[in-house]
Amino acid sequence: MTLQQSALPTTMAAARPASRRDKSRLYQEMSMLAPAVILLTIFLIVPFLLSFWTAMTNQPLVPRPTPVRFVGFNNFLRILRDDLFWTSLWNVSRFTFWILPVQCGLAFATALLLHQKLPFRNFFRGLFFLPAITSMVVVCVIWGTLFQYPTGPLNQVIGFVSGGSIRPIDWLGDPDWAMFSIVLLSAWQAYGFQMIVYLAGLQGIPDELYDAARIDGANALQRFWHVTMPGLRPTHVFVLVITTIQAFKLYTQVAILTQGGPKSSTETVVHYMVRSGFEEQKLGHASAVSVILFLIVLVIALLQRQLLRRYDV
Amino acid sequence: MASVTIEQVRKQYGAVPVIHGVSMDIEDGEFVTLVGPSGCGKSTLLRMLAGLEDISGGEIRIGGRLVNDVAPKERDIAMVFQSYALYPHMTVAENMGFALKLKGQTKAAIDERVREAADILALCPLLDRLPKQLSGGQRQRVAMGRAIVRHPQVFLFDEPLSNLDAKLRVTMRAEIKELHQRLQTTTVYVTHDQIEAMTMADRIVVMRGGKVEQIGRPLELYDRPVNTFVATFIGSPAMNLFEGTIAEGRFLTDAGVTLPLPTDCKIGAAGLYGVRPEHLTIAESGAPATVVVVEPTGSETHVLVKLGSAETTLVLRDRVDLKPGQPIKVAPDPARIHLFTAEGMRVN
Repeated sequence: MTLQQSALPTTMAAARPASRRDKSRLYQEMSMLAPAVILLTIFLIVPFLLSFWTAMTNQPLVPRPTPVRFVGFNNFLRILRDDLFWTSLWNVSRFTFWILPVQCGLAFATALLLHQKLPFRNFFRGLFFLPAITSMVVVCVIWGTLFQYPTGPLNQVIGFVSGGSIRPIDWLGDPDWAMFSIVLLSAWQAYGFQMIVYLAGLQGIPDELYDAARIDGANALQRFWHVTMPGLRPTHVFVLVITTIQAFKLYTQVAILTQGGPKSSTETVVHYMVRSGFEEQKLGHASAVSVILFLIVLVIALLQRQLLRRYDV
Repeated sequence: MASVTIEQVRKQYGAVPVIHGVSMDIEDGEFVTLVGPSGCGKSTLLRMLAGLEDISGGEIRIGGRLVNDVAPKERDIAMVFQSYALYPHMTVAENMGFALKLKGQTKAAIDERVREAADILALCPLLDRLPKQLSGGQRQRVAMGRAIVRHPQVFLFDEPLSNLDAKLRVTMRAEIKELHQRLQTTTVYVTHDQIEAMTMADRIVVMRGGKVEQIGRPLELYDRPVNTFVATFIGSPAMNLFEGTIAEGRFLTDAGVTLPLPTDCKIGAAGLYGVRPEHLTIAESGAPATVVVVEPTGSETHVLVKLGSAETTLVLRDRVDLKPGQPIKVAPDPARIHLFTAEGMRVN
């Protein structure tokens, strides 16, 4: 007993300076983290949590004299019963289905080309990346002009090339063409970013692998198939998932060029959400849409994690 | 197996020449190392031999056949790279059998050849693993396996041990040499490590600035280097060199130290006096020097001394008790000295 009593203070004395050091280090770390944590809390976490709460209420955009009521899952049920929501979800799915091969294919092909030792390679890399840093509004204005019906430049070129056998297309006014036109301009605007990601992926494949394949007797196509493609597997997954997530958030192009029309053929989930929130002033309803969109994107992101993990990235 | 002839081979990148007319003959079954400092052109020469770089001028023959314009896969060579260059998504067996698969051989034939090579290199338990699941030494062995599976006429090694730690490098060095003794395949081996070159090669080619400085057997290069570059490049620690003049049968260094010459020395003019660290001894009479640093390695002792104003290294087989600042007398073995002109060319 005596021994234990005498041992205790010694242990505590030894532990004290260490814990004081730990504490001061903790304070230091906390104070460094604080600015970022505070800003993220105010501008990201609180609005995010608020949107969950708002989705469960009948909150209007402009405050009214009547109190805000808790409505449970009513907003969600109303959305799921709304045909326009399903149309918008179908539309973004259609958009995603088209944009993936067009945009990623274009980016991959350009990256492969600009990975070769061509003259003015860096100039072209910069040139092809330009649309990606151009404002979407500007891109829409340019493409809006190109798409003009019936005498826009695009129609004139098609008319000239086909010798007048193809009639002018109402790119943005025809429900059959409108989404395709949005795909075209979106792919043109954004493929530069994917191109850079692919270029980085290509540069990450060691030259020695190509040398080894040449000595092993592989021709250019076999080298592409056995060295380039496996080497780009994680890049492919990354690009596909990022593009899918971006595609589901399609809004600006639609808001500027078609406002969801014609006949709701370009209505998207985000456009539907913004309309219900800001035109119909139903903030609760819009928040519920945003929560649903968040869940969709979350599922895609989780899928991405799984896929990337499988490829050891 | 085949001989390799390199004749007046040149390489230019644009207007910049990097290989200036290199010639050498490599006999059938010979193990030749190309050695030299970084940027001397040894890897470029090897890549030209492999067909991975175009030849700007001259001729390369493998087994008597001119291969200047022959594609790498047609040259019947195999190459081992510094970074191993294993296909990361293929298993060890697939990596080793890839060349045979491309040739259109049957699965049974490929399996047999892969197993045969895996037996030689003790790779059998690893055949189903991916390269990322292997250690550096194992990857190196797989890279060698991929080379021997093809039964090529010539093996090319491009600094294959540079990525390994010192201990593993010594083990792998012995393995490669043993493999060569077993297969007797003509081998061209590039390294910047002169110890690797000395220990493994039948003949060494010392290169500098895109030119061959000397070709010879390892001990020939060690005992009779043709110039000061080879003299200082081969051997570790490097040969000591003193600037000075010959006067009255002795060599008088610029720092005012007198060094002995062989009794039969007929040379009147030499600007450089070279002596290897192990040919210097501490003696009763000799040139006065001061100990700077003592480095015991266990088997021998390296002593850095100031001889006049020149820093000089001694390698002593015996364990000695020396202190920094201690005055000693240093004597070279006159029969083992090297004399060079002021421009660095051998004269004795």
